[in-house]
Amino acid sequence: MRDLTEEFVELIRRTSTNLPADVERALAQARARETDGSAARGALDTILDNVEMSRRHSTPICQDTGTPIFYVRYPEGWSTRALRGQIRSAVVQATERSFLRPNAVDSLTDKNSGNNLGDDAFPTVHFEEVEGDELVVDLMLKGGGCENVGAQYSLPNSALGAGRDLAGVRKVVLDAVHKAQGQGCAPGILGVAVGGDRGSSYWASKEVLFRKMDDANPDPKLAEMETRLASEANQLGIGPMGFGGETTVLGVKMTSRHRLPASFFVSVSYMCWAHRRRRMIVRGDDVRYE
Amino acid sequence: MRNLTLPLSDEVVRSLSVGDPVSLSGVMLTGRDAAHKWMVETFIRRTRPVQGGDRETVEAIRPLLAGGALYHCGPVVAGLDTKDYRFVAAGPTTSTREEPYQSDVMHHFGVKAVIGKGGMGAKTLAACRDVPGVYLHAIGGAATLIAATVAKVLGVYKLEFGVPEAMWVIEVKDFPAVVTMDAHGASRHAEIEARSKSILERLIAT
Repeated sequence: MRDLTEEFVELIRRTSTNLPADVERALAQARARETDGSAARGALDTILDNVEMSRRHSTPICQDTGTPIFYVRYPEGWSTRALRGQIRSAVVQATERSFLRPNAVDSLTDKNSGNNLGDDAFPTVHFEEVEGDELVVDLMLKGGGCENVGAQYSLPNSALGAGRDLAGVRKVVLDAVHKAQGQGCAPGILGVAVGGDRGSSYWASKEVLFRKMDDANPDPKLAEMETRLASEANQLGIGPMGFGGETTVLGVKMTSRHRLPASFFVSVSYMCWAHRRRRMIVRGDDVRYE
Repeated sequence: MRNLTLPLSDEVVRSLSVGDPVSLSGVMLTGRDAAHKWMVETFIRRTRPVQGGDRETVEAIRPLLAGGALYHCGPVVAGLDTKDYRFVAAGPTTSTREEPYQSDVMHHFGVKAVIGKGGMGAKTLAACRDVPGVYLHAIGGAATLIAATVAKVLGVYKLEFGVPEAMWVIEVKDFPAVVTMDAHGASRHAEIEARSKSILERLIAT
């Protein structure tokens, strides 16, 4: 089994310092929709200039490099213990090279570990054994500002008049966007999970953010709701950074999970505009990054 | 675009209005959650004893804060091993977490510009009127671009809080921001919150 530590460092570097093309395209489209000379237009100009500079200088797009969240899908024969060790070494090296900010803080002592290693969940690594001969690693860096404005609702919610159906889901998601205002670094991308338990629901709302900005949900009802929610969230007029404007969200991605008869959770993960996600694919000696 | 030089006079602060783009130059201090808690508990509410080097530190930062700018920022900093510090990425953090402390800090230290993102609440807006002061909104996530305006890192206090939470003394040139809360009681954030709330209510009534 080969040592992938260097490749993991490269995956982290690419994720932290360069936006995926589909996200950058969505930001450019949002910029074109804002009025010339408006604060919203100015914010998106700065955002796009910053993306370009970060790519050129190979420095973090945002100083909050988040919790590194890895999803590793491996063919039979790989050692997850070894892979975890390599990922943790790579995180330390990436921190030394300023691709990551030291972000792991002990919640009881307030001490920052200084190297981004915390407990077993920091960095977070999910493993799944898969068919085939490719090792696929997805990485997401999700900062604290947007993580703080995520929300979970238990339906029915009488204050919002939200029942246990997609119409109720729509109402609570719009409420979450309103509550977030510009604080999650709008324009954001919403990951929404319907169902599950409290834990699985939140995870699903993050995992759905790995989908591409311009793909369509395979479920027609969710596809329709994604389009409707994006349009209605934008009608709120919160705009880039909460300055007011046409674009409050760049997109909405939804998924569902089976639930218990008694529970109906809706989880909303708010991803900031700096939606840092990348994939690495290893096949034999060949390594490629998407 | 208004070019502002730190520290700010009352006259300059009062001349600023919500919506004005500004460009800041001069020396400022970073401070976020741990720094605000430390300043307020140790020197303002005095619920925590003065200990270690607290006295020396507060005397050193007082002249920087008087009429100065406090930047809600947890940067990525290179050169930690050699102490030849350089800001690599330095966008703003969400300011609302400092709402319980900000007004006290502005009054006690005479801070005239608070820089961050996401805006702040009614207590801070009242402090902007009384001190007087302004809230300057930097572009969240624009970390490389803002770090490029940091010409020099002059020093650091409270590094034991960790790199993001430490109080960094930085000299900036043409740091870009927008006034979103002014000394005349106006807040872009309160206005957008109220307007979007009425739209939300209409949308979920259907």
